[in-house]
Amino acid sequence: MPRLKIDSTKRRNSELALLALALLLVLAYSATVEATMLDTITPDFWVPTAALAGVFLALHVVIRFLAPFADPAIIPAAALLNGLGVGFLRRLDLDDVSGVAEAADRGAFAGGGGRQLAWTLISVIMAAALLVLIRDHRNVSRYSYTLGLGAIILIMIPAVLPAQYSEVNGAKLWIRFGSFAIQPGEFGKLALVVFFAFYLVRKREVLSLASKRFLGIDFPRGRDLGPVLVVWMMSLLLLVFVKDLGTALLYFGMFVVTLYVATERSSWLIIGLLLFFGGVFLAYYLGELVGGPFANFYDRATIWLDPFSDIDGDGYQLVQALFAFGTGGLFGAGPGGGSPGIIPEVQNDFIFAGMGEEIGLFGLVALLMLYLIIVERGLRAALDVRDSFGKLVAGGLAFTLGLQVFVIIGGITGLIPLTGQTTPFLSSGGSSLMANWMLVAMLLRISDAARRPLASGGGLATAPGGKPAPQQLHGAPTEVIRP
Amino acid sequence: MNAPLRKASIVILVLFGLLFANLNWVQAAKGEEYRTHERNSFRLRDVEYDKQRGNIEVHAGGTSTEAVALSKSTDGRLRYQREYPFGDVYAHVAGYKPVYGTASSVERFENDYLSGQSDELFTDRVRAMFTGEEAAGGNVLLSISKAAQEAAYKELKENKLGVKVGAAVALDPATGGIQAMVSMPSFDPSPLASHTQADTDAAFAAYDGDKAKPLLNRAVAETWPPGSVFKVIDSAAALEAGSTPETMLEAGPSYVAPGTTHEITNASANVCPQQQISLIDALTVSCNTSFSRLGVELGRDVIKKKAQDFGFEDEALTCGNLKENSGLTVATSHVGDVANADGSEDKAAMAQTAIGQKDVRITPLQGAMIAAAVANDGVQMRPYLVERLLGPDRTSTHYTVNPEELRRSVSSDVARDLQTMMESVVNNGTATSAQVNGYDVGGKTGTSQNGITDNHGWFVGYAMKGDTPVSAVAVFLEAAGNGGSAEATRIAGQILKAVTSERGGN
Repeated sequence: MPRLKIDSTKRRNSELALLALALLLVLAYSATVEATMLDTITPDFWVPTAALAGVFLALHVVIRFLAPFADPAIIPAAALLNGLGVGFLRRLDLDDVSGVAEAADRGAFAGGGGRQLAWTLISVIMAAALLVLIRDHRNVSRYSYTLGLGAIILIMIPAVLPAQYSEVNGAKLWIRFGSFAIQPGEFGKLALVVFFAFYLVRKREVLSLASKRFLGIDFPRGRDLGPVLVVWMMSLLLLVFVKDLGTALLYFGMFVVTLYVATERSSWLIIGLLLFFGGVFLAYYLGELVGGPFANFYDRATIWLDPFSDIDGDGYQLVQALFAFGTGGLFGAGPGGGSPGIIPEVQNDFIFAGMGEEIGLFGLVALLMLYLIIVERGLRAALDVRDSFGKLVAGGLAFTLGLQVFVIIGGITGLIPLTGQTTPFLSSGGSSLMANWMLVAMLLRISDAARRPLASGGGLATAPGGKPAPQQLHGAPTEVIRP
Repeated sequence: MNAPLRKASIVILVLFGLLFANLNWVQAAKGEEYRTHERNSFRLRDVEYDKQRGNIEVHAGGTSTEAVALSKSTDGRLRYQREYPFGDVYAHVAGYKPVYGTASSVERFENDYLSGQSDELFTDRVRAMFTGEEAAGGNVLLSISKAAQEAAYKELKENKLGVKVGAAVALDPATGGIQAMVSMPSFDPSPLASHTQADTDAAFAAYDGDKAKPLLNRAVAETWPPGSVFKVIDSAAALEAGSTPETMLEAGPSYVAPGTTHEITNASANVCPQQQISLIDALTVSCNTSFSRLGVELGRDVIKKKAQDFGFEDEALTCGNLKENSGLTVATSHVGDVANADGSEDKAAMAQTAIGQKDVRITPLQGAMIAAAVANDGVQMRPYLVERLLGPDRTSTHYTVNPEELRRSVSSDVARDLQTMMESVVNNGTATSAQVNGYDVGGKTGTSQNGITDNHGWFVGYAMKGDTPVSAVAVFLEAAGNGGSAEATRIAGQILKAVTSERGGN
């Protein structure tokens, strides 16, 4: 027991050290921004970083007690991304103020950066609350059907609400009351992963076993295909009604991957990809031929193919983003040294482009590495955790986060057609921050279970030979029986 | 379930690998292209306005110079404000450098040097880095003469016919250096350089929406029929074919070219009514019937070849910095096809072409270049605006123009005969108001019909001191009607006087 204690303490200590390093970088970032933009560093430049430090350290303490074996790299990586996001949004605020004095007078919670800081505090507290509430991730499976129903309701509400309560910048993704707005889909995404995981753990046997062989691929029976097709149709419907291709792609990719992980059958991947590309081509040609609800996707594909053909019109945003990336070059203009304000929506979808001008290729690669750390550490937790439900939840969440980063950053760098998505932890907005911190809390909870030594009372019995015993979860078998 | 999780992990690595590769492509491989893309100008403005942009200067008599575009420091976020102290006078030559928008003229094609970005200023940048001084842009000295430019602007603007549209160009025949370049109507560039986008947009919308197109530099960017000015080309062709100024030509009140019924007459009944007239007198009184007949006799190919020797059909001509071969794009002056449907020579068209009508079109700059070639012993020099590039501290000179021969238009003998003839025009003919005391002035007036509005008035000419050419000039007044060429001649005389008096002050 003492040895185990040392083990977890060491892990938490490295988390604390990494967190301190992350906060130091955030502090240096805000100092550089002020020095560049105001020619002076205001006496209060440390206040936002101090607020972040307070809440991150609180989270760290909660983890020390409630998830001592959790992966120590996840929180510092997310905190650094979040802190730089707050710093960059504050930097955008400085573009609006004309005088140095006025800028210096800004409070910690003023402007877009201040709002983001407030949301960060709330989000991190929620993540801590989640860790307090859920002591064992397997308990969540009890609420799976509720969560599944909740997810569909959350995702559908904006689509059925009148536009005045749900539409922002042409996308029906919101629930708005006056000046307050939330994006329920961000939370729906999390609930959906949990529901998928639960459903698939129960159904995986029949999905993997009952199949017909055709062209060397094992195809499942038609009635087992049902749920996949339903989710695929839902994604397409979303695409049509909500004009949100990114989310549709995200849900679909999420579902196909959890299905693949659950059944270990690559045929699902092939079917998924065929349906996906089929859907995309169909949407493109319908967009070209009949327009209407498909026109949005067709336009985006056209812009992607040649943004420079319409620099002043549809291509403007993407071209300005490319200019920002190109102007930043390898090393960037330095924090505060660029002109991110030129890119429309730089605080949301295009934040990565705005930062790219100032921190350059090297800075952006570092940011991508932070995302990669979170995603791969999440997948590592999925590999190590012993129950199927935990594997699917952690794998699904981590993969979805990675896919979301790919979809939005691929979009604004011109790699793939642009679809509206938030950049996790960076983009301005409370819903996205909260959902992503809840996602991090789930990953922490599962990685704690994965790394918790078996003897330390994790509730898991050890099979002879030191291998973990198969876990029972609602009667589903954990070992896949190959045909 | 671990095998598919590992594969999912590889998928994520591949997707991120694609993002890395694409970021490298966008930021490293294409970075330079995006950074320097002309539509990316806004992005660099904050950096750009943190240092003082260099002056654009003109000659102000003797060795002194005067800035016509300069930057003053402000308290605002953009630390320097571009100013144009002479307003409309130098607008088309110096151009304008807006914070929000695209620059023009010298401000555009010398942007790298003025903003301090060019390679020539590399050592200055390094020195500024070590001394801690503020890096500034370099200064551009133009070949423009303040006296000539101001005279051209004032006389054009206050012309006695109330003409609103026109242009004037003066250049040094021996070097090609532009001494004056005015386009009318002009505009004040200062509002375009405002630090407020709304003000810039409003000013630009007002200029751009103006039907008179004040932003257009008519001296180089547009062409008009030259009328009788083209007779200088005919004369050159005739002299090269063996005629002398004394060779007798057929004249008379009217001429009908072979294969047509169209009758070409003279400007008035008292112009060359006699049966015969010498070449020099035909030019002096601007006898249409003689020159139409001459053109038809010499033929299309000879006339077109001679026109090209004077710079017609030169599609590559620019006027700016000789070293970079950058600058204002000069519209191409044309003779026209002078052809029937089957491609053979259209003699009726040739008769009209010889008197500068039909499809002949020239820029005012081309007009000045014709006169310059005659004055410069038959050699036409490449026109330029940038004479010198001075370092930010004005002690170092990074470039001094090396005048360039563009082409030989005519032999020296023919050039001398043409001088005799053109001086006769000024001394005895239609252009006496261009005379300048103590100088030999030659020239040719032109009144061209365009079939739509009143006739355009033209004058092209030059002034020489002994054998040394001093200045060649072209003045154009659009739709000036009766007296247009006379007024153009008077204005040209004033411009020549301004150049020569500045020379006299040396």
